[in-house]
Amino acid sequence: MNTFRHAETVINVDNVFKSFKQVKAVKGVSLQIHRGEFVALLGPNGAGKTTLVEMIEGIQKPDQGTILIKNRRWKGHEEDIHKIIGLSLQETRFMDKLTVVETLTLFASFYLLPMSRIEEIIELSGLQEKRKSYVVNLSGGQRQRLALGIALLNKPEILLLDEPTTGLDPTARRDIWNILNQLKAEQATSLILTTHYMEEAENLCDYIILIDRGEIIREGPLEKLLDDRKGNKTIDFSLEGDLSAVHFNPPENSFQVIWDPQNARGTLTMHNIEKELPDFLNYLKRNNLRLQNLECRRTTLNDLFLSLTGRQLNA
Amino acid sequence: MPKFTLRHQLLQLISAHFKEIIREPGVIFWGIVFPILMALGLGVAFTKKTDIVRTVAVISIGEIPSDGVTLWHRLENSANVTNLTWQETSGHLRLTIYNDKLGNSTFIFLPTSWNEAMVMLKRGNISLILEEKNGKFIYHFDPLNPEAQLNYMKLSRVLNPLEKKPVENPGYIAPLTVTGTRYIDFLVPGLIAMGIMMSSLWGISYGIIDKRTKKLLRRMIATPMRKSNLLLAIIIVRFGMNFLESALLFIFAFFFFHIRVQGDIVALALVFLAGNISFSGISIFISCRTANTEIGNGLINAVVLPMMVLSGIFFSYHNFPKWSIPVIQKLPLTMLADSIRSIFNEGAGIPEIALPTAALTMIGIIFFLTGLKIFRWY
Repeated sequence: MNTFRHAETVINVDNVFKSFKQVKAVKGVSLQIHRGEFVALLGPNGAGKTTLVEMIEGIQKPDQGTILIKNRRWKGHEEDIHKIIGLSLQETRFMDKLTVVETLTLFASFYLLPMSRIEEIIELSGLQEKRKSYVVNLSGGQRQRLALGIALLNKPEILLLDEPTTGLDPTARRDIWNILNQLKAEQATSLILTTHYMEEAENLCDYIILIDRGEIIREGPLEKLLDDRKGNKTIDFSLEGDLSAVHFNPPENSFQVIWDPQNARGTLTMHNIEKELPDFLNYLKRNNLRLQNLECRRTTLNDLFLSLTGRQLNA
Repeated sequence: MPKFTLRHQLLQLISAHFKEIIREPGVIFWGIVFPILMALGLGVAFTKKTDIVRTVAVISIGEIPSDGVTLWHRLENSANVTNLTWQETSGHLRLTIYNDKLGNSTFIFLPTSWNEAMVMLKRGNISLILEEKNGKFIYHFDPLNPEAQLNYMKLSRVLNPLEKKPVENPGYIAPLTVTGTRYIDFLVPGLIAMGIMMSSLWGISYGIIDKRTKKLLRRMIATPMRKSNLLLAIIIVRFGMNFLESALLFIFAFFFFHIRVQGDIVALALVFLAGNISFSGISIFISCRTANTEIGNGLINAVVLPMMVLSGIFFSYHNFPKWSIPVIQKLPLTMLADSIRSIFNEGAGIPEIALPTAALTMIGIIFFLTGLKIFRWY
């Protein structure tokens, strides 16, 4: 049960549209984010996540619809809203020849903060040993931690992170997650996180919004989204032999197959495994297809996305 | 613990941009050392008296004449003339004509064929072909080439002593060596003006475009930072760098070439300020909507190159067609270079530079305000 849904709404996006020339990037999206809630916007590259977040950040203007931040529109309230939000953009590069502490000092001066906050952030982001290193000499993970530190400088009520761990190795990714989990424990900040990593969404967020081709295709608390599929089994399989002409055309009301011809792998979603698994094996036999591997596992957000769109999240 | 204020915000922005510049070794070289090297190189090349060495292709046709007068003999016969010597080394003849005022001229006579001589002429290795035909010398050269004419005049005096027609009485030659009339006096004010233009356009325009490309601009303005503080910091830092670069160039020229500011120093400060305002405004305009550094490169070059060529930085723009001179004189770089030059070399003061200073300031303000109006922060 997501208790945050009853808390104060801090972001209200109502029927928002945004197009770029011929591309409709966001098509009628509505969502609410509540105080203290961690929300993931999960979708593949090009789904419209960044455009949506940039509209919430005030960087882009919607063609249609309204966005309210703590009941205020961006127009006329820029300075007030900037004071309460923190953000990390996709692939921001700070000044190469400034040190970590100088970069934080610069941004702290924008918020007119006390200098003591800089030390707190250096500690929170684990950059103590790199405080005098130039930004250009930081690793990818350290740079992302610095970007996150800058986003947290003003103790934001709303934190917007656009793909904060893309391109990072698992250790660096986990470092970012640890910082965000510390923040979550304090329950003072609401987070919108865009990502195409389902583990990230599962690890950090209470509420998941699946987005594809500019539209929300499913949303809800993580447990509820996966509970809807309780009793479902997901089976991954691969086949032997020449598979260039393989097409799955199972009988109606039977198992569903999503076949990936490039990797010669398939995924099955079964509602009644006792009945559907023998059907599937018989189907293979009738069509002279031989199993190479078959694996049964728990259903994930990726499976949910796959069943809704026919495509992988990381595609 | 003290808190930052808006004044601190501006100081922090200035400090950050200044550190970003001075921590880049390339900036120190191209901004400070390179202009000094250029002044040194061009100053020495065009100011100091040096020996001129020229190669002349010699083609011998026919038998040695009965009177035995060959190039070698002619030079031997000239040996009694006090101001020249000749020597034979590695089969080549070297003739040196001494002149205290103009510098020495050495001619290297290279025996060769007509075809080879033509190739050398086309490649610019020589400007004069000397044909030795039955005891007579024929000079082949382009009459429109002043260097070839000069070589002909110098050589013909030695090799054809009876045809001493050109007026070359050294007593009539008075090389100009007074401060303010030398090439270096022309060059240094131009280099200072060019430095302001280059440094502003590349420093401000490229810096802003680079920040936009890196998404740093959008990240910075997604805070309560005052946008005016950011632009002000970039312009102030560039102004400081321009002052430093110009001052170092002047100090170098002062000690090495004895350059002097003959006019009003206040007028110089005003022109310097106006030049910075002008090129800062143009820089903001160029960078106001440019999305990436590749387009930025092109735009900056499109502004910089014509002015570098036309504005008379290295050589006078009065060599351009007459109709173009009034246009050239209205270019910001020309106005700046001419104004600085007039203060340095002609003793100009505020009245003389008031008009170009006002024009430069207006250009800067108009471009700045237009750029700001259409500025793309994201």
